Amino acid sequence: MTDTPEVQLPEDKPLEIAGRVYQSRLLVGTGKYRDMMETGHAIEASGAEIVTVAVRRTNLGQNPDEPNLLDVISPESYTILPNTAGCYTAKDAVRTCKLARELLDGHDLVKLEVLGEEKTLYPNMTETLVAAEELIKDGFKVMVYCSDDPLLAKRLEDMGCVAIMPLGAPIGSGLGIQNRYNIKLIVENASVPVLVDAGVGTASDATIAMELGCDGVLMNTAIAQAKDPIKMAHAMRLAIEAGREAYLAGRMPKKMYASASSPIDGTFF
Amino acid sequence: MQVEVNGDAMELPDGATVEVLIESLALTGKRLAVEVNEDIVPRSRHPEFTLNPGDRVEVVHAIGGG
Repeated sequence: MTDTPEVQLPEDKPLEIAGRVYQSRLLVGTGKYRDMMETGHAIEASGAEIVTVAVRRTNLGQNPDEPNLLDVISPESYTILPNTAGCYTAKDAVRTCKLARELLDGHDLVKLEVLGEEKTLYPNMTETLVAAEELIKDGFKVMVYCSDDPLLAKRLEDMGCVAIMPLGAPIGSGLGIQNRYNIKLIVENASVPVLVDAGVGTASDATIAMELGCDGVLMNTAIAQAKDPIKMAHAMRLAIEAGREAYLAGRMPKKMYASASSPIDGTFF
Repeated sequence: MQVEVNGDAMELPDGATVEVLIESLALTGKRLAVEVNEDIVPRSRHPEFTLNPGDRVEVVHAIGGG
C-alpha cells in the first residue's frame, strides 16, 4: 500500500466580534447547572471562549466564602459576556450593563436582552431598540438578542450593534430552529456576526444553525439540562464544527426524485 | 443612620463610606459592583464616597446565567 498524502482542509477564518478573534463559534451560558464544578467542566468540554453570566444582588449575611462564579470562569481565561436577563425595560437593561461594566473593570461587551413577557420570554423589540441606542452611545459593544425579523435585525446592525442574535425558538424551550428562512435572510443581509441565541435543544439544532450560515450559536439549557452536561457540551462543540464545515463546503442541491450514485453503464444483468 | 442595601434596611455609622459598608458586609476584596441611588460608584471611589441617610444601595455580583 502506498501512503496517501494527507488531505489539506482549507482554513476557515475565525469568528471576530468587536475586533477580537475567537477560534470557537460556540458561546455558552452558565445558568441551570448543578454546581459550579459542573459549570466549569461543561464549559471546558464545550471549547467555548465567550461565556455569559447574569448580574444579581449579592446575598448579604450569608456564607462569605461561597465560591464566586468569576473565580471558576475567570475573566483572564474567558471573554465574559454579562447579560441583561430578567430585564423587561430598557432602563433596567441599561442599568444592568453599567453595573456589569463596573463589575468587570470596564469590560464593555454585553449581551442585551429585553424581555417582553414571562411565558415566552420573547424579546420586547421596541425596548431593545431604545436600550441598544443608549448603550452604544455610552460606549458599550452590544451583542443583541432579538426576534428573527430581518428588518429589525438590519436596523440593530445599522445602529452599531456588534452582533445580531436572533432566537431560534423561545429561551430554554429546546424546540430547535423554527424559522430557518428568516435566520437565513438575516445572515444574508448582515455584515456583522449573526448568532442564533436560544432555542437549541440538541446537537443537530446547532448544526442546522451553522449550516444556515450563522457565525455562531449561543446556548445554555441544551447543555446544562442534558442528562450528562459535560458530554453534551462536547457534542455541541462537534456539532458547531460539523455545521460550519458543511456550510463552507456548500451542500448539494435538493431534488424531488432519486439520482443513482452508481453508473448504469457496465451492468451485466 | 439608616440606608437600604439590596432592599433591606441597614444601620451604619453617620458619614460611613461605601468602603465601610463593604467592610461591614464582610465583602472586602470580592468581585462586586456598587450602585447608590441608581448611579454607579466606581471601585476607585469607594473609600471617599460618603453615604447619606435613606440612600438606596445595590451590591451585585456575577452569577450563572444564559
